[in-house]
Amino acid sequence: MATLKSDIISTVEFNHSGELLATGDKGGRVVIFQQEQENKIQSHSRGEYNVYSTFQSHEPEFDYLKSLEIEEKINKIRWLPQKNAAQFLLSTNDKTIKLWKISERDKRPEGYNLKEEDGRYRDPTTVTTLRVPVFRPMDLMVEASPRRIFANAHTYHINSISINSDYETYLSADDLRINLWHLEITDRSFNIVDIKPANMEELTEVITAAEFHPNSCNTFVYSSSKGTIRLCDMRASALCDRHSKLFEEPEDPSNRSFFSEIISSISDVKFSHSGRYMMTRDYLSVKIWDLNMENRPVETYQVHEYLRSKLCSLYENDCIFDKFECCWNGSDSVVMTGSYNNFFRMFDRNTKRDITLEASRENNKPRTVLKPRKVCASGKRKKDEISVDSLDFNKKILHTAWHPKENIIAVATTNNLYIFQDKVN
Amino acid sequence: MAGAAGPGTGPGAAGGDGDDSLYPIAVLIDELRNEDVQLRLNSIKKLSTIALALGVERTRTELLPFLTDTIYDEDEVLLALAEQLGNFTGLVGGPDFAHCLLPPLESLATVEETVVRDKAVESLRQISQEHTPVALEAHFVPLVKRLASGDWFTSRTSACGLFSVCYPRASNAVKAEIRQHFRSLCSDDTPMVRRAAASKLGEFAKVLELDSVKSEIVPLFTNLASDEQDSVRLLAVEACVSIAQLLSQDDLEVLVMPTLRQAAEDKSWRVRYMVADKFSELQKAVGPKITLNDLIPAFQNLLKDCEAEVRAAAAHKVKELCENLPIEGRETIIMNQVLPYIKELVSDTNQHVKSALASVIMGLSTILGKENTIEHLLPLFLAQLKDECPEVRLNIISNLDCVNEVIGIRQLSQSLLPAIVELAEDAKWRVRLAIIEYMPLLAGQLGVEFFDEKLNSLCMAWLVDHVYAIREAATNNLMKLVQKFGTEWAQNTIVPKVLVMADDPNYLHRMTTLFCINALSEACGQEITTKQMLPIVLKMAGDQVANVRFNVAKSLQKIGPILDNDALQVEVKPVLQKLGQDQDMDVKYFAQEAISAVAQRLRKLDFPVKGSEEPSAPGADKNHFLRPRGPGEDTGKGPAHQLHVNTRDTLAQLGTAELVHFSRSRD
Repeated sequence: MATLKSDIISTVEFNHSGELLATGDKGGRVVIFQQEQENKIQSHSRGEYNVYSTFQSHEPEFDYLKSLEIEEKINKIRWLPQKNAAQFLLSTNDKTIKLWKISERDKRPEGYNLKEEDGRYRDPTTVTTLRVPVFRPMDLMVEASPRRIFANAHTYHINSISINSDYETYLSADDLRINLWHLEITDRSFNIVDIKPANMEELTEVITAAEFHPNSCNTFVYSSSKGTIRLCDMRASALCDRHSKLFEEPEDPSNRSFFSEIISSISDVKFSHSGRYMMTRDYLSVKIWDLNMENRPVETYQVHEYLRSKLCSLYENDCIFDKFECCWNGSDSVVMTGSYNNFFRMFDRNTKRDITLEASRENNKPRTVLKPRKVCASGKRKKDEISVDSLDFNKKILHTAWHPKENIIAVATTNNLYIFQDKVN
Repeated sequence: MAGAAGPGTGPGAAGGDGDDSLYPIAVLIDELRNEDVQLRLNSIKKLSTIALALGVERTRTELLPFLTDTIYDEDEVLLALAEQLGNFTGLVGGPDFAHCLLPPLESLATVEETVVRDKAVESLRQISQEHTPVALEAHFVPLVKRLASGDWFTSRTSACGLFSVCYPRASNAVKAEIRQHFRSLCSDDTPMVRRAAASKLGEFAKVLELDSVKSEIVPLFTNLASDEQDSVRLLAVEACVSIAQLLSQDDLEVLVMPTLRQAAEDKSWRVRYMVADKFSELQKAVGPKITLNDLIPAFQNLLKDCEAEVRAAAAHKVKELCENLPIEGRETIIMNQVLPYIKELVSDTNQHVKSALASVIMGLSTILGKENTIEHLLPLFLAQLKDECPEVRLNIISNLDCVNEVIGIRQLSQSLLPAIVELAEDAKWRVRLAIIEYMPLLAGQLGVEFFDEKLNSLCMAWLVDHVYAIREAATNNLMKLVQKFGTEWAQNTIVPKVLVMADDPNYLHRMTTLFCINALSEACGQEITTKQMLPIVLKMAGDQVANVRFNVAKSLQKIGPILDNDALQVEVKPVLQKLGQDQDMDVKYFAQEAISAVAQRLRKLDFPVKGSEEPSAPGADKNHFLRPRGPGEDTGKGPAHQLHVNTRDTLAQLGTAELVHFSRSRD
């Protein structure tokens, strides 16, 4: 089956209530899904997600000063906390962040003085009384309108946006800098982190992800390509070039190889909902850090350790640079992240059990129960096991999202979006 | 267009006879839902015309319900609507019906756009005054309560601004409820609402009984000032000013000062910044005694804060702080408790801090008097005049007048000169531009002798700067200098040098001569203009570059009014007529413009009485269609040329003119 490049899903994000799910794709589109209202009679079938609104968020552009094409691909979507009946989200491509309003309209005005509703003009001499238009109910219409465009602040590619818990600011991070914006001000942003060396030849690391703390409005973290995470306190100083905490695990000398630095690069960092922990994803593992302990993670989960022997070929086909994201469940007890061959992994932090599942159309029909998968690293392959050599590295799950309250997950496989939920009953 | 017809026909109330006056109103109403935002906006701005035509009854029953549902519109339309509704009471039947305006404003007070919400709140506050006390409790207070307990934080933030207007006129029972609602908003879950409450705390405190201020507002203030979010805490600093004004010194010490001290040492620099920023207001609010005991030490800490933003904000307040100290003992306090910290800031590591200080430090000299200034401040000024950052030097130079009054500028002039020269030659043209703008001021203070000796050459050098904006500013500067030093000085010092440039090989410099003449002719008067400038201008009419030639035409038009009739008739007119035949379209166009202006003046001189009666006479530009046409001129192309020429001028203003080779200039 041919896949249109523009259809490839590039980000997945639930809103704060979980009622809406937004996806962005390489074609610059944002598709929003809405959970159907719970059906009272069939209480066992929880609401499915249906398309609610689709709009073109970003268009391809060309930077004439630098002779650079600017892709329309949506790198990240972040929902704002709900402020009125409408919903708001930020979407970003490499350079430009946009604030979108998604609102419903179920009434429209009727009645003109000088023309009929269908547009035919009346003879003005027949107008003897004034008519005020009246709003009448109509079919529900969902509108997406751009409210703000935050542009021209990033020289490098934006990899993260994160909304502050003060509800009025957000940060945007590119490879070398982090900017702080006010959600209502588009013509100015403050640079709070700048790691660009005076001489670009001395560049040794880049920023890979950044996120605000969920409830402490002055704290944010950013991760680097060297596998470190820096926590900054905006109270201490207006410029946060100096971090207040540095999270870093000493390297295991026995695993040292040519690829060590590449695979230690952090592709995603996410605070737990409680704000006590954060999770980082590097190429082979997921690590959970206690914010109060900087020298090592409190938990480490291997995502696909069997790939360690394959790093050479993964380097050759560039897969080693894939940026896997990770997410927490609503109660912070389970974490999830993606892998290859359309597999995704979940780790239960309490029981320490982990599971591999597959998102594919061939293997699961709607409403079937997912079967756990196993990859056999070497030696004899048991029944139901899959050999490492038969894994398809073109089928990768980079983007996943977990409903903030329920056990519903969204998993993006190239151009398909799968939504799974807990077994009911 | 309806827009033009509306006010002109003067719509009478409820004109329902199908007469002509109905039509423009019908158009206005229809355009309320036009697809073009601009038309909708026009209609909303004429909402009072519509309401007047509909009459009060239909406005209440039909127009307002329609407007209540219009909240889907663009922000600018909603903003205009919110504003209109604030003045609508008369149009819905007077104060008895003011409550009819509440529903549309209520829905506007919940939209996401802050400017619209704020405008809706402003209008609601306005309307609240028009409610009778009974209506206020029956309609307005319930609205405030609805907003205050709304699901979304937008409505709750809007509620915060409405408590203080309904509180004074409410009954005691309702007052208690209002206080209760305000209390709960101060501890709302969302920081947005807490911020709104914190920013309205001072205003609300002012309308409360003193007892309630002490028993209720102060605890709320203390809570907000220790909120977990610094964005809330910093707003409490502002509230502190209003609350402090209400309390006696003793209460202040017990109830407010602990919180204020804590704010001045807050962990977050943004809160400390706010204390520094509001320092003068705080100082006035707490009075001299607490200022001496508490605020001065706090200020010292802010001046040496670890965050540069805080130091800069504090540095900005140095002068105001010193000014507001009680006269008695002021000098000692400043000398002992403030000046030592200021001395440190002069060599701060951050240039914003230094430049903030430089913008106010000169003001201290009037407060401290001559001797202290010479002994203590002068060394600081001199150090700042040598600062590496041009902004610091500029700020010192721009405030020289304060020092001049106290010690005379001679004390500084030796250090001043190198500083000025360096700024005058700065690589950044904006810095050069800034120093040029201070030149007339400096010239006035330094006197003509010093100026001629040291600064004149700089002023002339700017005329040949490679950036257009600098040349332009230099031209204006010359004009101001002539106004200051007089025509004789101009004739001896400036004019000859300007005129020499007319023979410069660079056509841009030749044009500068013309620009200078445009600027100087008026200040120099008829004699100099006729005898010295005019011959040069006329000579340049034969320049080989078209840009110079059409600027000659422009100049002649400009200096025409200063010249006498003879010169116009005998010297200017033939040259303009020759330029009118020029092969370049632009030259021809401007020559024609000038000819018509000159001709008009000549006519006026010939028939002074008739000329004054002519309504369309003044101003050459207004006279576009009356100008005589030269033979063979293409009448249709006039405006097009103008556009073309304007582009040229714009380019020149961008300072890029010297980089652009005009396709049509012929040098």
